[in-house]
Amino acid sequence: MEFIMAILAGILFTTGIYNLLQKQLLRIIIGTGLISHGAHLFILTMGELKTGKPPILTEGVENYTDPLPQALILTSIVISFGVTSLLLVLAYRASQVNGTDNMEQLRGNDYE
Amino acid sequence: MLLAVLLPFIIAIIIPFLSKWKDKIHPGYFVTIIPALIFIYFARFLGSNFEPVMREYSWIPSLDINMVFYLDGLSLLFVLLISGIGALVAFYSIFYLHKSEQLGHFYVYFLLFMGSMLGVVLSDNVFVLYSFWEFTSLSSFLLIGFWNYKKESRYGALKSMLITVFGGLSLLGALVFMTVLTNTTSIQEMISQQQLILNSEYFPLILALLLLGAFTKSAQFPFHIWLPDAMEAPTPVSAYLHSATMVKAGIYLVARYSPMLSSSDWFFIIVSSVGIITLCWGSYMAVRQTDLKGILAFSTISQLGMIMSMLGFGTKVAVFAAVFHILNHATFKGSLFMVAGIVDHEAGTRDIRKLGGLMTYLPITATLALFGTFSMAGVPLPFLNGFYSKELFFDASLHLDEIANVGVVGFIKMLLPYLAVFGSIFTFVYSVYFFFGTFRGKSHLEELPKKPHEAPIGMLISPIILILGVILIGLFPKWINEPFIAHAASAVKGLEVQKEIYFWHGFLYPPLIMSITVLVFGTVLYLSRKQWAPVYRIIPGVLSMNKFYDGLVDRLETYSSTVTKGYMNGSLGRYVRLVLAAILIVTFAFMAITGGFTVDTSNLADVSLPEIFVAITMVIAAVGTILTNNRITAILILGVVGYGLSMLFVLYRAPDLALTQLIIETVTVALFLLVFYHLPKLRKKEEAASTRMLNLIISVGFGAMMTMIAISAHSSKWFESISSYFIDNTYKLGGGDNMVNVILVDFRGLDTLFEIVVLGIAAMAIYGLIRLPGKKEEK
Repeated sequence: MEFIMAILAGILFTTGIYNLLQKQLLRIIIGTGLISHGAHLFILTMGELKTGKPPILTEGVENYTDPLPQALILTSIVISFGVTSLLLVLAYRASQVNGTDNMEQLRGNDYE
Repeated sequence: MLLAVLLPFIIAIIIPFLSKWKDKIHPGYFVTIIPALIFIYFARFLGSNFEPVMREYSWIPSLDINMVFYLDGLSLLFVLLISGIGALVAFYSIFYLHKSEQLGHFYVYFLLFMGSMLGVVLSDNVFVLYSFWEFTSLSSFLLIGFWNYKKESRYGALKSMLITVFGGLSLLGALVFMTVLTNTTSIQEMISQQQLILNSEYFPLILALLLLGAFTKSAQFPFHIWLPDAMEAPTPVSAYLHSATMVKAGIYLVARYSPMLSSSDWFFIIVSSVGIITLCWGSYMAVRQTDLKGILAFSTISQLGMIMSMLGFGTKVAVFAAVFHILNHATFKGSLFMVAGIVDHEAGTRDIRKLGGLMTYLPITATLALFGTFSMAGVPLPFLNGFYSKELFFDASLHLDEIANVGVVGFIKMLLPYLAVFGSIFTFVYSVYFFFGTFRGKSHLEELPKKPHEAPIGMLISPIILILGVILIGLFPKWINEPFIAHAASAVKGLEVQKEIYFWHGFLYPPLIMSITVLVFGTVLYLSRKQWAPVYRIIPGVLSMNKFYDGLVDRLETYSSTVTKGYMNGSLGRYVRLVLAAILIVTFAFMAITGGFTVDTSNLADVSLPEIFVAITMVIAAVGTILTNNRITAILILGVVGYGLSMLFVLYRAPDLALTQLIIETVTVALFLLVFYHLPKLRKKEEAASTRMLNLIISVGFGAMMTMIAISAHSSKWFESISSYFIDNTYKLGGGDNMVNVILVDFRGLDTLFEIVVLGIAAMAIYGLIRLPGKKEEK
């Protein structure tokens, strides 16, 4: 199962990166969203899947799933939410001020 | 002692505040006190019963880098020169630099330089020494480029920096080698364990690197080219850096290491021949110069060459003469630079072709110049210190008894006396030229920008003190010999050096005959210089190191700007592609080399249908984001991926993750839907097929790489998992049942705190971006 999940993470990365390389801001933001999904799955897969009960202490249970990756992913989910929302507003402002959301046209002043 | 070294740095911090009142009082008065205090502090150590002092202050003990200051005869000589000349130069600069200049900057650089010079000559720890060494390069760059509105200043500053920092880096190489070989960072311990270095197979490399550092700093041929250009600095800087201190740092380095290195034949061959060539070349080139400071620059080069060659000889007489000449050169050259500054200040030009006959207008300055130049020329008079060391130099070149007579060594040994005389003849010529060209002959007052008159008394005090030094050392060499020079020479030689200095040895004393030869030929050459001047058109002609340097720097700049422009075209997409491609190449190469990719099929969780179903849905959705050209569709199917992920979290027993992911995904989709309306519609992909292909390759490669890493990470268990710690201690230490929560708020609480900070910053940024008035509103 881990291998299938690894491949799924890889596919999420692939589609994410492909979107990231596009010119339009909206696509780029979608790309970062996909990449962070891929990364979360990636971290989860690196631990072992389904080896025990959910990591909540319960009477009589000895075997728990690895809690550490979950903690890391939880942090990451929240952070990537912050990043996505910032990017969205940034894209909104950029396209409003510059009149375009095409990255090829959004270059520094030196290149104009 | 630590305070003495750090005092200039501390004061340098205060100077900018002081220079606010520069209209009332010149900050130079304040600065003069600092080196004077340091001079008095170290002068207490003078005396015939001086013993080396070592002070240690802890700095980075874990790396064996400590502020270890070692004061022996050699360091004492340099410390007194740095602080003594420093005080005189600071005092002189009060009258040289007008209040309208940026005095705050000047004195900050000046003090930084002085402090780092003191650090160089006192440090016993090689890395502390190296730090101070580079600091001198840096602060001299700032000092040379002080008049940064002048193009020549900037050129000169950059040139001196490039060459000396290049040398500094190679010096670092030598120091690292020696540290590794001897397992110590102390110079004195390295010298006591010299066999480890001398017998090492890396010895030739160490010697070359070390000498490269010393030669570039001390402007030895062929690295001397930076010194003439550094003359663009204000004259007090030239008097300080280029007569007494910075250029002598290389000499210091060679002297410091000579107890260890002088037993090597290669040391003799390289140092004495480079030194003697520098002596000849410098004095030969000095005669051609038309700028007073240009003459002095080449003269400094040649005098440094002379000291360097004597250190190369390594005999007792030679070492003694070298140390003696370091002192003498500082006195007469320092005063001559100040004289050149006075002439420039009072007559408005330093061009010797326009000057002449100034003796009647500047009688005191002319007298000072007379003593200075004649001492430099080595005219046999008992009140000129330059003569003594020059004679000792001749004596040393004749008595190389400690050197073998065979091979290259023997050949060089045979040539040395002749070259010494040859170089000294030209020294005589340019010294005489300096004096007579400026102060005697016909005056051309109409060509001078200013009407010359004697300098203010304050400006004369410093050169007068230095010239008094010249005369007193000349008349009473014993006064400084025993308590001072003998200690320095012993420190260089590594054993006791006692040498009496006499003026008169009798008529048939060979060095005297050499001196008289110099005098005679020098006079002839000076008088006939117009006849043989065309020789300069043949040598150096096109064979100039300057052309090589300019070409190299030019080429480097062109190449680097071509390369940079080649990939930095402002397109962010391109940068991302380059970064990703680099990651891909490095990772795959690393995997291939180390065999990092492993597959271990044991210990896998079983495959179940719901997971497969979710996974397939996610793949279809993810690919869908690329294919669709509708904004709402793209956003919604991104949501599908997110919800799919939260389903997986449920399946993989991560309830907290599933809940969080569900909430966040909902909010994100809502946010997307809120914003997308304001963004332009998605366009059909209008890129060229090749770009699309490239994007595809990079993204597929990256995905494959991540899959491979994930599989390898799962398959190889190199370390014990640290998770059991959390499982065991969640209740004991954290007092909670939910492990994930306890990890977040307790074990990794700081992490979470910063996460909240990040979110806060993002929130503020979002708020700011929305409220920020746009361009259109402004109009």
